[in-house]
Amino acid sequence: MGIKALDYETLNENVKKVQYAVRGELYLRASELQKEGKKIIFTNVGNPHALGQKPLTFPRQVVALCQAPFLLDDPIVGLIFPADAIARAKHYLSMTSGGLGAYSDSRGLPGIRKEVAEFIKRRDGYPSDPELIFLTDGASKGVMQILNCIIRGQGDGVLVPVPQYPLYSATISLFGGSLVPYYLEETANWGLDVNNLRQSVAEARFKGITVRAMVIINPGNPTGQCLSEANLREILNFCYQENLVLLGDEVYQQNIYQDERPFISARKVMMDMGPPISKEVQLVSFHTVSKGYWGECGQRGGYFEMTNIPPQTVDEIYKIASISLSPNVPAQIFMGLMVNPLKPGDISYEQYVRESKGILESLRRRARIMTDGFNSCKNVVCNFTEGAMYSFPQIRLPPKAIEAAEKAEKVPDVFYCLKLLEATGISTVPGSGFGQKEGVFHLRTTILPAEEDMPEIMSSFKKFNDQFMEQYEDNWSHSRM
Amino acid sequence: MQRFMISKARNLLESSRQNYHFQRSQLFSPQSAHRFLSSTPAANFDSSSFSSTMAPPVSINTINPKVLECEYAVRGEIVTLAQKLQQEIQTKPEAHPFEEILYCNIGNPQSLGQQPITFFREVLALCDHPSILDKSETQGLFSADSIERAWQILDQIPGRATGAYSHSQGIKGLRDTIAAGIEDRDGFPADPNDIFLTDGASPAVHMMMRLLIRSEKDGILCPIPLYPLYSASIALHGGTLVPCYLDEATGWGLEVSELKKQLETARSKGITVRALVVINPGNPTGQVLAEENQKAIVEFCKQEGLVLLADEVYQENVYVPEKKFHSFKKVSRSMGYDEKDISLVSFQSVSKGYYGECGKRGGYMEVTGFSADVREQIYKVSSVNLCSNISGQILASLVMSPPKVGDESYKSHNAERDGILSSLASRAKTLEDAFNELEGVTCNKAEGAMYLFPRICLTEKAIKAAEATKTAPDAFYCRRLLTATGIVFVPGSGFGQVPGTWHFRCTILPQEEKIPAIITRLTDFHKSFLNEFCD
Repeated sequence: MGIKALDYETLNENVKKVQYAVRGELYLRASELQKEGKKIIFTNVGNPHALGQKPLTFPRQVVALCQAPFLLDDPIVGLIFPADAIARAKHYLSMTSGGLGAYSDSRGLPGIRKEVAEFIKRRDGYPSDPELIFLTDGASKGVMQILNCIIRGQGDGVLVPVPQYPLYSATISLFGGSLVPYYLEETANWGLDVNNLRQSVAEARFKGITVRAMVIINPGNPTGQCLSEANLREILNFCYQENLVLLGDEVYQQNIYQDERPFISARKVMMDMGPPISKEVQLVSFHTVSKGYWGECGQRGGYFEMTNIPPQTVDEIYKIASISLSPNVPAQIFMGLMVNPLKPGDISYEQYVRESKGILESLRRRARIMTDGFNSCKNVVCNFTEGAMYSFPQIRLPPKAIEAAEKAEKVPDVFYCLKLLEATGISTVPGSGFGQKEGVFHLRTTILPAEEDMPEIMSSFKKFNDQFMEQYEDNWSHSRM
Repeated sequence: MQRFMISKARNLLESSRQNYHFQRSQLFSPQSAHRFLSSTPAANFDSSSFSSTMAPPVSINTINPKVLECEYAVRGEIVTLAQKLQQEIQTKPEAHPFEEILYCNIGNPQSLGQQPITFFREVLALCDHPSILDKSETQGLFSADSIERAWQILDQIPGRATGAYSHSQGIKGLRDTIAAGIEDRDGFPADPNDIFLTDGASPAVHMMMRLLIRSEKDGILCPIPLYPLYSASIALHGGTLVPCYLDEATGWGLEVSELKKQLETARSKGITVRALVVINPGNPTGQVLAEENQKAIVEFCKQEGLVLLADEVYQENVYVPEKKFHSFKKVSRSMGYDEKDISLVSFQSVSKGYYGECGKRGGYMEVTGFSADVREQIYKVSSVNLCSNISGQILASLVMSPPKVGDESYKSHNAERDGILSSLASRAKTLEDAFNELEGVTCNKAEGAMYLFPRICLTEKAIKAAEATKTAPDAFYCRRLLTATGIVFVPGSGFGQVPGTWHFRCTILPQEEKIPAIITRLTDFHKSFLNEFCD
């Protein structure tokens, strides 16, 4: 055969530009080592069940019954499933036309979208329209759908926090847009400074880029910071002034580990601010069943809620959703269960609360253990994980280490993380995968390993790190911010 | 629907595809004025006085024009109207001359009463809630082999965690099972590393289009009529659809001579044709390709250096004894062609067949004949979405490895399967005959898949009436049919057709007991339509 139609040279260039470090070099190397028999602790992705977190019992009972509705007719089903799970399964099955195996409405089952709207109303105090809520196969697919609408070409820029979860940079590359970074301030607990925002936008416009949208991740990933209400107001004002659509990634809204800054949704703040902001700023908010204390990553369940998007455009977004027919129905039911949880008095309520609290309280303790653990290491400084699922310590690499990395043709934090992996089996994601200030290095790990394993993991890390620093340290200079 | 054919016919081979450049031609729209202004240095830019005159970032004039361009008739205008009518009947039963909407627009079997396969659902339920496997009562509720299979599957999942993200290609053990199933089916080996499990076959198709299409100069050769996922995906990715008409007179045959002709024409216009889409069994056309035809297609792709995108989601839907499904992988290997000779992507899904599990979103693509660095890129793009839903992955593995002789569920599984397939075959025949009875309507046999695609001759009067309402004639007919009878068909213009011919697509899925009523209502409507519009 002569010509091959698809070889590396003839691939879509945008595909080649995509980077997604969460499952990149470190993860691939860790998988290789695992195959060779080394024990690996995967802390590269927010995947709680993979690290031993158990699924909540009630949702699994309900979905199992929905999968096999013939069970509902069996007289002994009550011996295995509690009555409220049985009732809830019937409730969700009645919302479908044909059970789990039929395509639903392309936006998701209306009954579930209604439950999501009711959840949003309870959470924020403002009504939400189910017609503007679309369920998706995971929040990531929703993000990609919305960015696909926004990005027309290279001239379109999207403001993205740095450090950021690389779904955003990868998707912007894939769709041929321009990433406009705004730096979060590490010394101010990864705070957002509106002046940084203004500067980023000005620089982008100077280059001829039309800045179209702004992404906020609240609580932050990888940084974990929870935005204050004042911050959210500044952001909304900014989007109003600059005519940007605000994309609020709020998938970690249940993961809050301090009490000074509880979660407030961008929508609530927007509504609180009243017109013109509440009527004109365009907002798309994202949520998922993958995080929180549910951690049901494998279900691929998510939604986005649109505010102030014109009806004709909503129709176009609906049209695109319809090409993929519908989001998967079991995950829609998980979403319904998450936003419409058990109530006091329900048979399974106490178990549900016990399981949920157990997970959240443990996450809070682990956030503290990890932060303190990192801060006890030589040349490591770590902001507290206020929310989400990650720790993002800064590793102050000595110049000799950076030299060694360059010799090995590796980015310095990749070099460090590979050495860490090989020495301890801890698989992290280098900070360069998320973006960071020039010359400043980090790594991202999750706070998800089991609590009983944490002390050992942290001491294993400390041992490696302190030895590494001794090996490469110069007495008179360190890399620093 | 009209937009599809008219704009497509005009733009198909044009190199000026609607894309970002489209915006530049609109020099005087307020939105592009904004863009001009925004490119001036920051010092001259006063943002605060500017905001009230600018179009919002997410509005019809400012969103990605490729989004506007693509169409998906299967859930288009007619369906929206049907849903509206359905709501009207619910609140006011006398509102319309029918009691219910009869959806014949979409291949969604379980929404029309088809039952799921018991064994598959048993395994899925156990995998969703594995803690019941330890209970003795479970033995009384589930078949022994479903319990065994659930254990087997759970042991292939690290930590038995069905709620965890898996490997981005899908759980390795499940891919092993699928590869073994492919080998059983074809008699040629399959490599689990070639398999990418996806949320249904559609995302896999989108992924390939994204890899293949660099600009409007990249063309994808497609049979027309065509399942509109492909036309929509090509438009969304900014490529060019290169059409090749199937021959209705010969049962929708795909002639290689016709393929060659279209290829040459496209090339002469500066289009690089990258791939050929073949849907076998066909959608909407329902033909099952003859093996000789398939060999010629493989040869053609090999000679011309095209990627063969083989949509084989209906592989278990074959209704005629004289035809058999042969995968393109099997055909290629049987010709002695291997990875070096032909680049082939085969798509399969859990949505069709006899299992009809549309709502689960399970499927995979088997990718063979690409270099390692291309494969790496496919993996990388898959990893951004982390993985497909685990339950769908499990189901895909079950579909490719159903109960075997000796398994407890073997007989009942086969009985369920055969019941569904024979019912589909009989409904296909009944409806085909009914369409052929209608005056001015001819209908090819549905050899496979789930659809009939009858051709309807419309009079000049009807066509003029349609034009007056700015609707494609076949959409006009379908709309009238809907409002008179509650029956929902998809106009042929949503799939593409030879210009000047009209068709509609009807599924073979309505329940058997509803079919006589459908036929009666259709026949009555058709007579009155002909009377109204006789020249």
